[in-house]
Amino acid sequence: MKKSVFFGALTVAGLAAGAAAAGTMDDVKARGKLNCGVTTGLVGFAAPDANGEWNGFDVAVCRAVAAAVLGDQNAVEFVPTTGKTRFTALASGEIDMLARNTTWTFSRDVDLKFEFVGVNYYDGQGFMVPKSLGVSSAKELDGATVCIQTGTTTELNLADFFRSNNISYEPVPIETNAEAQQQYLAGACDVYTTDASGLAATRATFETPGDHVILPEIISKEPLGPLVRHGDNEWGDIARWSLNALIAAEEYGVTSANIEELAKGTNNPEINRLLGTEGTLGEMLGLDKEWAKRAIAANGNYGEIFAKNIGENTPVGLARGLNAQWTNGGLLYAPPFR
Amino acid sequence: MLLYDTRYRSATIQVIALIFFMLLAAWLINNTAQNLAELGKPIDFGFFSEPASYDINQRLLDYNSRDTHLRAALIGLLNTLVVAVLGCATATILGVIIGVLRLSHNWLIGRLMTVYVEMFRNVPVLLWIVFIMAILIETLPAPRAFRGEDPAASMLLGDTVALTNRGVYIPEPLFSRSLGDVHMLGGSGLRFDISLDLILLLVVLGGGLWVSRRIKRRADRIQESTGVRPTTWYLRLGVIVVPLAIVLTVLGFHLGYPALKGFNFQGGTHLRNSLIALWLALSLYTAAFVAEIVRSGIMAISKGQTEAASALGLRSNRIMSLVILPQALRVIVPPLISQYLNLTKNSSLAIAVGYMDITGTLGGITMNQTGRELECVLLLMLVYLVISLSISTVMNWYNESVKLKER
Repeated sequence: MKKSVFFGALTVAGLAAGAAAAGTMDDVKARGKLNCGVTTGLVGFAAPDANGEWNGFDVAVCRAVAAAVLGDQNAVEFVPTTGKTRFTALASGEIDMLARNTTWTFSRDVDLKFEFVGVNYYDGQGFMVPKSLGVSSAKELDGATVCIQTGTTTELNLADFFRSNNISYEPVPIETNAEAQQQYLAGACDVYTTDASGLAATRATFETPGDHVILPEIISKEPLGPLVRHGDNEWGDIARWSLNALIAAEEYGVTSANIEELAKGTNNPEINRLLGTEGTLGEMLGLDKEWAKRAIAANGNYGEIFAKNIGENTPVGLARGLNAQWTNGGLLYAPPFR
Repeated sequence: MLLYDTRYRSATIQVIALIFFMLLAAWLINNTAQNLAELGKPIDFGFFSEPASYDINQRLLDYNSRDTHLRAALIGLLNTLVVAVLGCATATILGVIIGVLRLSHNWLIGRLMTVYVEMFRNVPVLLWIVFIMAILIETLPAPRAFRGEDPAASMLLGDTVALTNRGVYIPEPLFSRSLGDVHMLGGSGLRFDISLDLILLLVVLGGGLWVSRRIKRRADRIQESTGVRPTTWYLRLGVIVVPLAIVLTVLGFHLGYPALKGFNFQGGTHLRNSLIALWLALSLYTAAFVAEIVRSGIMAISKGQTEAASALGLRSNRIMSLVILPQALRVIVPPLISQYLNLTKNSSLAIAVGYMDITGTLGGITMNQTGRELECVLLLMLVYLVISLSISTVMNWYNESVKLKER
């Protein structure tokens, strides 16, 4: 019995490793559905609505890729993953891409054998505390109990931050954002720490968001982006350029409202190449001419997606900040489409 | 014809089956190794000497985020053992009591115990763990509630115990004239300290128990030869308590009480609610099974034994402890081993409440941060295998000592 369990595990590992080989685009096309890994629920980024329909900032990236590859933004199977299960799910081939506010780090890129295809949100780790605690800086948190999502980079940053500031804390590891919210609201932890965007999104779902403050310290760089498996460059290119198409579309003023108009041809060759009326960019990717047009038409350009899901007019209420176009002083900078 | 020789035939079939089995195993291992190599992730345990970089809240040995993954795994292993030992002990005590009470002639007690057993063993243990954790978090006050002029919550037992939704804070034993610690294994990942105070106390306690046993033997001898048993209870108690009290005074024993400082209670021993929830849920759940095992063991002893014992004039509690239970243990111990193994393995559900056991450290954060899934899972399986086999060995040895001696 013990032996059979052992070999069973080996078989699973063997099969999983086998499935991870190249040809993701063919697999997706044959399946007719894109398997996209998302969070188990973080309002604004990826959460199912009342009808069970997934919505959010990360979800929009999945939909854009599905629209580009399959021509249908709804041909996505959303697979909820936790901080712990996400990499195994991607490495084993259970999902084709992961869009789950995942931080791009050296070791994830190089050692875990993943390919980050870009950054869709420049973030940093913050702290949220109840206003009633009267804390105004993270350095005053000596001895505090901190809720932390396990299996994330925030866990490591937290250890480093408290260590380098010579203050102590008590970590409470939790699996999902929902559990963290429950423990934090019950007062089982003083502080909740995760990416600042995640804090804002979580706070937006509280009954009285005003009773909680996000401390000014941002203790890390968290470039969040979608990722795919290492070794399938064709698939990586598709994901990378679908994301770039959304960013470039905002830069060139292509929106879901005027895309049909612009797709008839403009006198800006960059827009023409993006939307497929000029050049053969789609063919180079192994897709048709209108791949980027479909990706953008699905949920609009990057700016529209941002404004609809996490922008200042939503409950999450995030400012563009670092995530503005480079032309507006932000860091978003899509390479040229040529 | 060799084909019709049954011995030859069965040996041949077995050899062929063995060869097939080994080929299959070799193919699986080869396939795995090859696929991992293709993926660029050959099996490599080098990550064990890298810094873990994460913190663990409950640690029995000193640990900080600069220690290695090996040390983090060790801390997790100790946490697993703590909850397994606590759980097995509690489950046994509860299980025996409930099992005996379920056979009670008192209708109400018997039915109540039946309800307990059916309720706990028919609901998955994961739900019990999460349920108890939710109760602890939602019903107990946060440490802030203890603050202020007129606090909403107050400490119990003369301000010595604090029940909060972060766990229970109880007084801790301290020694003002401590003998200090001995540091073992220097700065390596497996380093640990041995408290000389604890060693001294254990030696004194052990010595006291030994002397007490000698006194009992002597009393037995006198009773056998003269029929009169000398009163020895004060002697036996004295040889244990008096030296212990002297040593404790010499060491300057006192209690450190928890007090609210800053965000949390400081001082005292902190039993985190993750530990309490896991411990309680595992014990209550397993106790239901142990109760059934105990009941079956008792019912396996024929009624004639009870009647014979009562004919000799023994009272019913003496019948239970002197006649029934010693015989019932033969039936009880073997299935009890499985329950201990189950409890230990079920403790891997700890992550549901954020208890950092070996599954949470080695099989959780370490695996996630290093991406060494196969290595971590194989090691984890090995660890549980070793723990389970150790429990089996100890319990089998105990079973040998209680089973019917045939001469």
